[in-house]
Amino acid sequence: MLTMILKRAAMAIPSLIGVVIVTFLLTRALPGDPAAYFAGPAATPQAIQEVRVKLGLDKPLIEQFGLYVLDLGHGNLGNSLTTGQPVLTELRTRLPASAELTLLGLFVSIVIAVPLGILAATRPNSLIDHACRVIATLGVSLPVFFTGLILVYVFYYLLGWAPAPLGRLDVFFDPPPQITGFYLIDSLIARQPEVFMASLKQLILPALTLGIFSLAPIARMTRASMLAVLSSDFVRTARASGLSPFTVIVTYAFRNAMLPVITTLGMVFSFLLGANVLVEKVFAWPGIGSYAVEALLASDFAPVQGFVLTMAVMYVALNLMIDVLYGLIDPRVRLEA
Amino acid sequence: MTDIAAAPRRDTALTALFRHARYVIAENPVTGFAFALFVLIVLAAILGPNIVPYNPLSSDTAQALKPPNAHHWFGTDQLGRDVFSRVIVATRLDFFIAVASVALVFLMGGLAGVAAGFFGGWTDRIVGRIADTIMAFPLFVLAMGIVAALGNTVQNIVLATAIVNFPLYARIARAEANVRREAGFVEAARLSGNSDWRILAFQILPNVFPILVVQMSLTMGYAILNAAGLSFIGLGVRPPTPEWGIMVAEGAAFMVSGEWWNAFFPGLALMVAVFCFNLLGDGLRDMVDPRRRT
Repeated sequence: MLTMILKRAAMAIPSLIGVVIVTFLLTRALPGDPAAYFAGPAATPQAIQEVRVKLGLDKPLIEQFGLYVLDLGHGNLGNSLTTGQPVLTELRTRLPASAELTLLGLFVSIVIAVPLGILAATRPNSLIDHACRVIATLGVSLPVFFTGLILVYVFYYLLGWAPAPLGRLDVFFDPPPQITGFYLIDSLIARQPEVFMASLKQLILPALTLGIFSLAPIARMTRASMLAVLSSDFVRTARASGLSPFTVIVTYAFRNAMLPVITTLGMVFSFLLGANVLVEKVFAWPGIGSYAVEALLASDFAPVQGFVLTMAVMYVALNLMIDVLYGLIDPRVRLEA
Repeated sequence: MTDIAAAPRRDTALTALFRHARYVIAENPVTGFAFALFVLIVLAAILGPNIVPYNPLSSDTAQALKPPNAHHWFGTDQLGRDVFSRVIVATRLDFFIAVASVALVFLMGGLAGVAAGFFGGWTDRIVGRIADTIMAFPLFVLAMGIVAALGNTVQNIVLATAIVNFPLYARIARAEANVRREAGFVEAARLSGNSDWRILAFQILPNVFPILVVQMSLTMGYAILNAAGLSFIGLGVRPPTPEWGIMVAEGAAFMVSGEWWNAFFPGLALMVAVFCFNLLGDGLRDMVDPRRRT
């Protein structure tokens, strides 16, 4: 098992190198003078020259790349122009908000999509099967920001069930003392049930938006792989041996059908991390996505670069985790490695 | 010269394709519906500015934020502009972005993938490495980074959307070219003295082409969503240009105060377009490859 994990981790290294090269090249691709860009729109020629020397932009490209990697090694992602803060610090304080939202969104979609896919596969051509297909097709057609706005209109404006889509917590509450940075967990640790409820209320709509968005691929994959497994020999044997339909489906079919679904999770995460940016904008969520969007619009490039790098590194790490999880569930993968 | 010989054969192939298309549409009315919708979208993209009842840019503050009514079918926005006219006129820009980016990635990804699959070796390794590196990013995030780096313009949105789709095309083209590399007709062409490039252009490409066309219509929907997402966060298209993503963004502020039509109709148009392309892609796939029917 350990060798398998190490092998997979080694396979992630070329991806990481590629990610670092691309984020480096993105800065050099800036139209015009990168130094002028980093110095900001109001900079004087001297200031631009200072920035050029400070950033090492007067050195050859390969040396600049070395410096960039060295900076990354020291955790230096540069400073934001608008706030003057180091990008790393800002990303770190905002990351829990995004992570809490994304993970809850994924949780919502798995909780809905997996049972839906199983039900659709066990009753082909039934009403629920058709519903599954319609939801899967609609899910990929709905722009995620549009879903979010519709939910806000219905549940905030019309029904008044949800709080205003303005951030993680109502202004009347103080955030719980920070331990994990996840408000739901921190408020439970601090025994503040009212803060827990308040942050949960804020989370429901954005998480549901992300959930609806990522529902389609998971449901579709669950259905397809359940159908394949249900027609396999071992399921027929299990049925013929007189096991109850529940045991056959849950113990025998489900565990095997989950493998392709877990593989799909990698793709789902790619979409989810992107959609997160849009959902954060709709719900004024103080995560790294809205941080990057603000910086983008202010032509403040260091935060954007840091954001792209962080997201890519997280995505590579998530894919690695998925591979390891795959090995944990399927002993055959372990043997191959 | 070859045209004379090839013309009648291509003609029968075309009629056969049409017959087959009619058969598929008759069997699957959803594809027919999607095709009708597609024609509608294309018409709106071509004729849009000439048929809309109001100028999409002219404001009329006396009529600001009116709900849908007989004069303004989709209502009016905060400046009194007619939302219906704006949604229709926006079709051209959104359609252009999607078509342009898909055509671009078709050229880049398709050719790179075919070359990788056919030549193998270093070409394959380089194309594979590029595709893997792009895949290491969450795609929308990479598109954001590219637009931020290259500059905030519509052209760069097209380019970014094409780049993030590159791995998909390259992989499909590579796989399809690879299985045909040693095929009988390729061997025959090689034995009759054709150069590699000639084989690539006249034997491999025509065979990979239909599969990539299906992929094009399947990715059109994603391209529109991606571009609209970028303009929703304020990249590329600038107000007051009518474009679906930016219209939803502008209408978003009014959603909390109940003026839903501002964001709803452009969002709906976006959804219908994406839905149409996805259905059409599925239908086309059925036509090209009946085995993959779901």
